[in-house]
Amino acid sequence: MAVDEGLKSELQKQGIFVLPFEQLYNWGRKSSIWPLQFGLACCAIEMIASAASRYDLARFGAEVFRATPRQADLMIVAGTVTKKMAPQVVRLYNQMPEPKYCIAMGACAISGGPFKDGYNVLKGIDRYIPVDVHIPGCPPRPEALIHAIMTLQRKIANQHLEKNQRPRWYDKNEASEYPIPSYGGHDLQPPANLEVWQPPRNYRDVTLDEVKKA
Amino acid sequence: MIQPLTDAPRFSLTTGADGLIETQTLEVSIGPQHPSTHGVFRMDCVLDGEEVVALKPVMGYLHRNHEQLAEKMVWLGSMPYTDRLDYFNSMTNNWAYALAVETLAGIKVPERAEYIRVIMSELTRLLNHSCVIGFMLQDLGAWGTPLLYAFRERERILDLFEAVSGSRMMCNYMRFGGVRVDMTESDLAVAKDVVTRFPRFLDEFEKLLTGNEVLLGRTQRVGILPKELAINAGISGPMARASGVEYDVRKVDKYGVYGRFDFRVPVGEIGDVYDRYFIRVLEMRESIKILQQALRDIPQGPRVAPEAKLRNFKIPPGDGYGRIEAPKGELGFYLVSDEGGKLPYRYHVRPPSFVNLTTLEDMCLGHKVADVVIILGSIDIVLGEVDR
Amino acid sequence: MEAIEKIKEIAAQVVPGAKIEIINSTPAAQQPALLVDREHIYAVGKFLKEDPRFQMDFCSCVTGVDYLPKADKPGCIEVVYHLYSTTQKQGPIVLKVRAPRELEQCHVPSLTPLWRSCEFQEREAYDLYGVKFNGHPDLRRILMWDEFTDFPMRKDYTPPADYEWEPTPHDDTLDRAVQEGGIMPPTAREELERAKKK
Repeated sequence: MAVDEGLKSELQKQGIFVLPFEQLYNWGRKSSIWPLQFGLACCAIEMIASAASRYDLARFGAEVFRATPRQADLMIVAGTVTKKMAPQVVRLYNQMPEPKYCIAMGACAISGGPFKDGYNVLKGIDRYIPVDVHIPGCPPRPEALIHAIMTLQRKIANQHLEKNQRPRWYDKNEASEYPIPSYGGHDLQPPANLEVWQPPRNYRDVTLDEVKKA
Repeated sequence: MIQPLTDAPRFSLTTGADGLIETQTLEVSIGPQHPSTHGVFRMDCVLDGEEVVALKPVMGYLHRNHEQLAEKMVWLGSMPYTDRLDYFNSMTNNWAYALAVETLAGIKVPERAEYIRVIMSELTRLLNHSCVIGFMLQDLGAWGTPLLYAFRERERILDLFEAVSGSRMMCNYMRFGGVRVDMTESDLAVAKDVVTRFPRFLDEFEKLLTGNEVLLGRTQRVGILPKELAINAGISGPMARASGVEYDVRKVDKYGVYGRFDFRVPVGEIGDVYDRYFIRVLEMRESIKILQQALRDIPQGPRVAPEAKLRNFKIPPGDGYGRIEAPKGELGFYLVSDEGGKLPYRYHVRPPSFVNLTTLEDMCLGHKVADVVIILGSIDIVLGEVDR
Repeated sequence: MEAIEKIKEIAAQVVPGAKIEIINSTPAAQQPALLVDREHIYAVGKFLKEDPRFQMDFCSCVTGVDYLPKADKPGCIEVVYHLYSTTQKQGPIVLKVRAPRELEQCHVPSLTPLWRSCEFQEREAYDLYGVKFNGHPDLRRILMWDEFTDFPMRKDYTPPADYEWEPTPHDDTLDRAVQEGGIMPPTAREELERAKKK
């Protein structure tokens, strides 16, 4: 149900705002995202720098960095996730109450980064938990982190509450806890959560003829 | 009305042999995600009430097999990875690696490059020590205020690093035989400006902190490290000097051009947390002295050794160890080259934070859990270095 | 500090039966090392620590190195110790000790009772190379998790099959992926199937 724009601006001049309930709900949620204080490696220093006084993150609503996952909305995975640490990351994500979001900050959290060829490095945290925003960079500048928070805010603003367009957390049947991997003899068991992540198709197998046809 | 599960008595107080209530010790795992463990570090503490009876550190949560990666890349290819070791100070890590390779291969560095290296290293020492004090005070409970002051100064120095090397943190600046990019006159002017402003910031910091009752009450006589244990356990850097060990690699090895500068090395007496805090303040003042002398005396000249070549860089077979005084302690690189010599055969980092953690248990015994946090903060660890 | 030949002579006198060799480094490095056999490394280390001429009280760095067997030399795992003196401000004296590569025989005496700084570094050498240190107070894995069974820094280690395969897996990684059933991208699986059908 759309409101006439002219009527809207007339009412605004009188101090009366007309907006869908969903927009109001999302505005409240997006303007007060509290991150979890979860820095793993070098990107954590840029996260602290972006929360410091020069690139103040608090003006975007991230007022306090919560120490406990039970009180946080957002987990910024900043830094390399190693296989030794991966079960704890998934456990922390499970402990966060819905609605929860995850930002993978830095090349290491997205896909292993410069340490990709490593026996202890998890090639991206999105192997086990769903990630909402990825920030490339090594380390990404504080402005990039702010841009990511703004992108997340836009994502939250576009989430609907109606039945068939609901986000994951609004639906009681959807899982909000993800299985925690365990330490195996050579690798984590399982190496990835195939419901959350599929290995990418090798694009080099696409032949030139197929490209020309398309 | 909720019924109790059982009617039997829930607990009983048994008295031990000495007439006191029999208690059990509690095993607590502090970390790896904890606001005060300075990264992903875990401590398994056994507590008797609030007092620490045993403590075992558990590390490896950031083990990124840096040493194995270096065996697959050419000598220069590991230089960006050394930035990510002690990710707080990247310039000193780069210098340690460049020094180790230059020792092994016998490359001579021109004077201007040596002065630039000293300037960058001392600026790194300034920003490391001020941020360590900020983090330590945050562990004490001063919720972020000294840390924000320290980060304000750090941002000024990071602007200079970005202008010179292109990146705030991962500078990748040193090369074998010199530095990558020369410092222009405007860069030197910015450095002079930073050095002129820093003493005033230090005075403000000291006025607020050094005589502070809460700091004194919580850090004096906490976490004492005796001198003999410090030497035997391989402790280096400000932590060892606070315990009375008069050993600074800059004065002993005189690597680079450190032999020309006139600076003192502060040495503590007791070796508690307060000594480790205060020695860092004194070291910052000495760094400012070195910086003033270096900025005054820097000569003109090439920024890299003219005969050092980067393409097809080979090192004859052999092994060597090169070390520097990083802000956290003695950072050393042990490199082995075999026939061929294009790739390292063995590349090992001797990290100061890893070895400094040896005595964590000894320092924490008998103290309360809250003191464990402060003692860990005063050791000044960075997990990128501990786990490599 | 005395020349390395003199140190070798003095040590050979003080510790009878020790087989000490000098291993030279590059001509530029000027850091020759003393290779001592397993039985006498503890006695040589103790002598260097307590003798008033040397007083090597600071063990700075402990490294493990894996040498694969070659045509002329048998393979070994070498442990290298760098010693410095804080009182006399001299150093480094480099000690090396070798052990065979096979896991059952790969053990050396631990120098942790002499220098406590070896405690964590020897644990790391055990974790990454598999060399056991007899006499170490607490020898267990330090960087990898306890259930890990391989020794990753050895030169013949095959990493697990989870590299994201650009290009496709090959050689040892492919064999291991096939055996353990690791994650394979759909195209690699299809290729493997095609190869099997032929």
